Amino acid sequence: MNHILLLSILVLSALGGSLALILFFVASKFKIVEDPRIDIVEEALPGANCGGCGYSGCRAFAEALVKAEQLDNLLCPVGGNDVMKKVAEILGKAVTEQKPLVAVLRCNGTFQNRSKTSIYNGTKTCAITALFYKGDTGCQYGCLGYGDCVKVCQFDALHIDEVTGLPVVDDAKCTACGACVRECPRNLFELRIKQKKDRKIYVACMNEDKGGIARKYCNVACIGCSKCFQVCPHNAITMKNNLAYIDSEKCKLCRKCVEVCPTQAIIEFGFPPRKKEEINTSNVQNIV
Amino acid sequence: MEVGIIAKPRTFKYGGIHPPENKITANKPIIDLKTPEKIVVHLSQHTGLPAKPVVNKGDYVKTGQIIGEADGFISANIHSPVSGKIQKIDLEPDYSGYKKLAITIETQGDEWLDDIDNTNNIIEECNLSPQEIIEKIKKAGIVGLGGAMFPSHVKLSIPPGKSIDTLIINGVECEPYLTADHRLMLEKGKEIIIGIRILKKALNVKNVFIGIELNKIECINYLASLLDLNNEIKIIPLKVKYPQGGEKQLIQAITGREVPPGGLPADVGVVVFNVATTFAIYEAVQKNKPLIERIITVTGKCLENPINIRARIGTPINKLLEAAGAKVQNIRKLIVGGPMMGRAIDNFEAPVLKGTSGILVFGEDDALRNPHKSCIRCARCVQSCPMHLEPYLLMTLAERKLFEKLKNNNVTDCIECGSCSYICPSSRPLLDYIRYGKINVINLIRSKKL
Repeated sequence: MNHILLLSILVLSALGGSLALILFFVASKFKIVEDPRIDIVEEALPGANCGGCGYSGCRAFAEALVKAEQLDNLLCPVGGNDVMKKVAEILGKAVTEQKPLVAVLRCNGTFQNRSKTSIYNGTKTCAITALFYKGDTGCQYGCLGYGDCVKVCQFDALHIDEVTGLPVVDDAKCTACGACVRECPRNLFELRIKQKKDRKIYVACMNEDKGGIARKYCNVACIGCSKCFQVCPHNAITMKNNLAYIDSEKCKLCRKCVEVCPTQAIIEFGFPPRKKEEINTSNVQNIV
Repeated sequence: MEVGIIAKPRTFKYGGIHPPENKITANKPIIDLKTPEKIVVHLSQHTGLPAKPVVNKGDYVKTGQIIGEADGFISANIHSPVSGKIQKIDLEPDYSGYKKLAITIETQGDEWLDDIDNTNNIIEECNLSPQEIIEKIKKAGIVGLGGAMFPSHVKLSIPPGKSIDTLIINGVECEPYLTADHRLMLEKGKEIIIGIRILKKALNVKNVFIGIELNKIECINYLASLLDLNNEIKIIPLKVKYPQGGEKQLIQAITGREVPPGGLPADVGVVVFNVATTFAIYEAVQKNKPLIERIITVTGKCLENPINIRARIGTPINKLLEAAGAKVQNIRKLIVGGPMMGRAIDNFEAPVLKGTSGILVFGEDDALRNPHKSCIRCARCVQSCPMHLEPYLLMTLAERKLFEKLKNNNVTDCIECGSCSYICPSSRPLLDYIRYGKINVINLIRSKKL
């Protein structure tokens, strides 16, 4: 009895010992030497794994950061300049400050502005609808409103407004990771430069149809009249395919284009209300 | 093997469903539709690149004159279906509502090109060589009229290294409601037989089969009466089952051969043509008539007068509805094509394309889909799939955008017959998601990312 017990202990410990030795040699032979800075950089990143930087996740981005000689083309949109500065400190490299961006929806086809032409009874996701059907309104370029962008946003910055039926971007939460830009089948989202006090001016329309056709189905469609193009003092507006586009780098937020737009396709956001022009009555006598 | 010209009923092996047939227009003779005042001819009416317009605004064109030239090998010519003035060449909405390049023609009279024989005389003799036949078919812009709109001259040009020994004529018309091919076989049987002989000559094949489902027994009898006992053309009656009209299913039902995944019928030595295409080929080769009109079933239980109608390509759909006595305010859903594979549209002005085989009108009762519930893992979709796929799995993968896995599960083999969506007791939108996945996988393969 005793020697069976002893034998088993001896056999098992010999087996264990020899396997441990093999493991030790294999581990030391195939050891992967990793730059310890990758871990430190990864810790400094937000850890959302959103893919906004263009890499598969924060770890991959950290590896790219450590490998890169210059940090100019690499940006974590979620962390922004603060995180990039921290990373630059860790790596001892220089980083240029980038302007923060925010996503905007270039469609204002609310239920009020754009009437329905049919009832959609199929699968309610934008991707599937856009493949087979122009949508339940007359506009083949506008927002479908089934919220694929909301589903894909990891930062809770998008939600569908029940009244208008359009997604709304929460500027405070939006990190400009670009997930919605990639997801939207109609290519309606754009990343624009974040101005002070979150002020925005942009053409909220992507309809490339001629003016009359565009207006037929949507009250606030851009009709390509070029009035804004003519009035812009900063050359920020370009016309293409019956559609105006405001370059957010050149735009100085003067709001002249908003005033002349006949269909209110240009949206201003975050400005104080305009002063109404008062009629000067001081030197008029007659009262009729 | 077979005795006489009619063989024993056959069918394909895997999957399939039995939807109610509802062939309410089976006894309605084909009537001609009056030429509409305005016609919109899309330049993309075939698989492949859209045709290039060869006319200008303001030009006068005769019926049958070429207005769009094929751009590349897999493409087809487009001919003017009416005579008149070119009003504009601009983007016009098609069935989906998206705008595509089209030519709008204002009709003035009906003046045909001189070399087109627009009579009902039957011309039997054909002394052309196979190359000349294919060239004539290419010139006439013939595409597959079953719905896929694949250019016929491409099908007839067999790539080197492949040999064809069997020609199958598809007279199955397995879609419920549709009867256009049924009526065509009854009324133009002689012409179809000549068309088959022309195809046989062009392909130089031994075996020719006509596949017809047993619910069209009068077509089987009529075509059999036109052939003699020792004829090289055999009629194969088929048991009624959807989707028997699918190319791959029909090949399996008739010859027992199975087209490999991702392969073409030519890989197993077979070429399949629809009866309507065969008739169009007869007209193109014997009478120089390009593909400018086709037979369309306008049907639906809520219609006063469902009809089989011969209409010019480019006729607005509302003209066809008018002819069938439909009241637009009663229409809740309009489907172009058959009920299983067609698509619902909301633009009644959209023009008829070469592949439009039917227009189906639903009233209040049939218009809505059932609300979908959770999958109960009954595997009925797997049983019904004629292509050995697992629709429930493909749907889940498409929902999660796992395109690589979708490709590995052969999503590109899906023929989009809709059997899975039809049979699902939970009314899940299986086909919607599978189509979405399939299109994405095909695009990824084309851009060499998968």
